[in-house]
Amino acid sequence: MNEPVRSILRDCLRARLDEAQKRWLDEQLAAMTASPSDKSLHVALGMAPRRLGKAPLAPDAEALARLAGQVPGWSLAGWSVADAARVLLLASLPAEGFAERFRDLCQTADVAESIALYRGLPVYPNSDALERQVGEGLRGNVQAVFEAIAHGNPYARQHFDAHRWTHMVLKALFVGSRLSPIVGLDERANDELARIMIDFSHERRAAGRPVPWEIWRCVGPFARGSMIDDLARALDDGDCFRQAAALGLAASPDPAAAAVLDRVPELRDAIARGELNWEALSARCA
Amino acid sequence: MMFIDPHAHMVSRTTDDYEAMAAAGVVAVIEPAFWLGQPRTNVGSYLDYLSTLVGFERFRAGQFGIRHYCTIGLNSKEANNEALAEGVMELIPRFALKEGVVAIGEIGYDEQTALEDKYFRLQLDLAKELDLPVMIHTPHRDKKRGTSRSMDVCIEHGLDPAKVVIDHNNEETVRECLDRGFWAAFSIYPSTKMGNERMVEILRQYGARQIIVDSACDWGISEPLGVAKTARLALQRGIPEEQVRLACYQNALDAYGQSGQMKEADWLNPVDIDQRALYEGNSILRGGREPRVEKLANRRSMDDLIIK
Repeated sequence: MNEPVRSILRDCLRARLDEAQKRWLDEQLAAMTASPSDKSLHVALGMAPRRLGKAPLAPDAEALARLAGQVPGWSLAGWSVADAARVLLLASLPAEGFAERFRDLCQTADVAESIALYRGLPVYPNSDALERQVGEGLRGNVQAVFEAIAHGNPYARQHFDAHRWTHMVLKALFVGSRLSPIVGLDERANDELARIMIDFSHERRAAGRPVPWEIWRCVGPFARGSMIDDLARALDDGDCFRQAAALGLAASPDPAAAAVLDRVPELRDAIARGELNWEALSARCA
Repeated sequence: MMFIDPHAHMVSRTTDDYEAMAAAGVVAVIEPAFWLGQPRTNVGSYLDYLSTLVGFERFRAGQFGIRHYCTIGLNSKEANNEALAEGVMELIPRFALKEGVVAIGEIGYDEQTALEDKYFRLQLDLAKELDLPVMIHTPHRDKKRGTSRSMDVCIEHGLDPAKVVIDHNNEETVRECLDRGFWAAFSIYPSTKMGNERMVEILRQYGARQIIVDSACDWGISEPLGVAKTARLALQRGIPEEQVRLACYQNALDAYGQSGQMKEADWLNPVDIDQRALYEGNSILRGGREPRVEKLANRRSMDDLIIK
């Protein structure tokens, strides 16, 4: 089922490898499909960066377009050659027993391995069965491992229930991660998350700390009643903060939001003209 | 001046220590796998420990601009628990190829028992098979004989002395180490192993060729600034700067760099991917910044009352 995706990854890799490296990779891939021993799996994954290096994978536009057709939302941005090789090796393993193997590998992975293990989630066999381990992966404190799951990875959008989803988005704020690279951020936004974000903003204000501007993206579509006051208040914050608050107000279903937005006509009009939107703001305020 | 502390048990240290080390010029540390001050009772706690060394601790150090490497091995004390030792020996091949593992170590003798000898030899064979350097912990008791014996066994197992670091040397053991072509490391550890005034005299007497200075800081009363302070003291007392650089930086890099897992570019010019994932931007070349020197954070002072 994942054969087209494996083929794209293999093409991206081959573009970066010399002949000896290609041979090594092909041998390892052949060994993976034949249900390898634990030791040969560990050695293959451990050797991948040593044999193939850690240069950026930097896939070309054609490969990215093919990939987007297969796994929408999956990003290879920031991947190294070693990441791609590890994902490809794992994706080549037999489906039977994969979830147990995946869990076992996660338990003894180094940081780079953890990143690769989780980045590859959309292409693994029996990926439904991995959800629990992915939840474990989110509990750690290494930001890059968290982002391997939360950013540019459609697994969470497809597999997480509302509770796990909500806590992943919240945790992003606590580990200093951005929200915009979360795949499905808008479509999986919900009332409960908006309420928690509002509470969070109150805590931050009480502590005299800035309220991350990205939270208004999650709040806006559900903002009603007193939540409009919170958005109005954020209009008094600095540049990115007030533009985000304006975008939140523009998304609110509450008529009171429109009246508040009229207080900042230049932002209201920029939104209406399509000049101010979340993509533009994310790019500018990163 | 940049320093490497090639023997530091950072899991036992606080973030204040990392800050102070970075401020004093330490760019990289090597954390040898060791015991915890008390014996482990099962292989599971060893597994989690080794995972921490290649996982969270590596990340934690990076947050302070310090590169973290480690060595993987079964230490001599715990080699005496055969059930535990057997389990750990199965884990070691699994961890020895992780990113940033620069040697098998610290291994060697404690009481010089038969079990210690058995697992020391097995791990020397593994180091040879995986083409990794070795870090040797020499015993506190019966030190001179234990150190000679450690080197004898390395030779017997066909290891190249240039890939073996003999640690915790003192005035009595250094000559033989150097003469036989091993790296001779010294742990600047208060009251027990080596003081830094003695260390300066050793540098004066032997020069810096094959000599490595480390702190061996751990859960005991120890000094994470051992390398930086020794370097400064040595300079003050007239040891040539090049010798200080060799003993407190370059020799450790040359010895453990033979693993292929530790390169100067790791801290001078980290690749973008790695920097974003693991390393708080303290790169010197890319950022055009000077190395941070001698700006000791004074977080322990009561004069600074505000905690934000």
